[in-house]
Amino acid sequence: MTPQTLTTSALPQVRDAAGLTFAALLGLGLLFVASFSQAAVMHDMAHDQRHALAFPCH
Amino acid sequence: MTRHVLTGGLIAGLIAGLFAVLLQLTFVVPLLLEGELYETGARVHFGTGDPKSIAGSPGIIAEDVARHAGTLAINLVSWIGFAILLMVGFALASRSGHRIDARKGTIWGMAGFVAVTLAPAMGLAPELPGTIAADLQARQIWWAATVVLTAGGLAALAFGRSPLAIFAGAVAIALPHIVGAPTLDTYLGVSPPELSAQFAARVLAVSAAIWAVLGAAAGWLWIRSPAV
Repeated sequence: MTPQTLTTSALPQVRDAAGLTFAALLGLGLLFVASFSQAAVMHDMAHDQRHALAFPCH
Repeated sequence: MTRHVLTGGLIAGLIAGLFAVLLQLTFVVPLLLEGELYETGARVHFGTGDPKSIAGSPGIIAEDVARHAGTLAINLVSWIGFAILLMVGFALASRSGHRIDARKGTIWGMAGFVAVTLAPAMGLAPELPGTIAADLQARQIWWAATVVLTAGGLAALAFGRSPLAIFAGAVAIALPHIVGAPTLDTYLGVSPPELSAQFAARVLAVSAAIWAVLGAAAGWLWIRSPAV
């Protein structure tokens, strides 16, 4: 196997890994905003939901 | 694959988020609003030495619609976040040859419930408003560490092939509870114990139902992916 074919066959996997990492970070980012952010406006909006899901709220 | 993880996560998260709002507004928020009456002192338990206090929620209708709209919005954001992470888990499991469908997805969902709600609740019980607890940041760190260790431990138990992996998984799940959650050395609760207990039980039961729906919806969407 030449280095050329090795690179070509590995590309989709690398792209998948990068995409899944991006997706995981996006998911974690959404959860951080909804669950952990202590900005006053976020806290007030999220108050009932945080209590209802047993997240530490205040 | 990434596009499928994101679109599938979006749809499954919307389904779970809407179901979550329905269950929370029906079963959880009324108790939460009742707890706020004790938090603000509008109702007092044992205040005059009388162990009796009135039972009953003011009801969700008494509240401003904007408050419930906030609950809806944040639920959608949270459950889309959980759904995307679940889909990332499906993608990784599929790569190692594990098949995902609606039934398997439901089991994943229940594992999510154990990792995100049940295990942290063992140390930090669901809090009715008015509950005084330890320092917020310490609780957030313990909560997040417990979620990560329990999820990792469950994955090791489910997919580990060696006795060492099983052992490490069990240790990871037990560790946060051996260390212990941050707590106060005094009780400061102002609401009746019955109300707090019912609130905690409902939070757990409602969360379990939402996670089951999320897992089933995510698994159902996953096998319909052209990429799988």
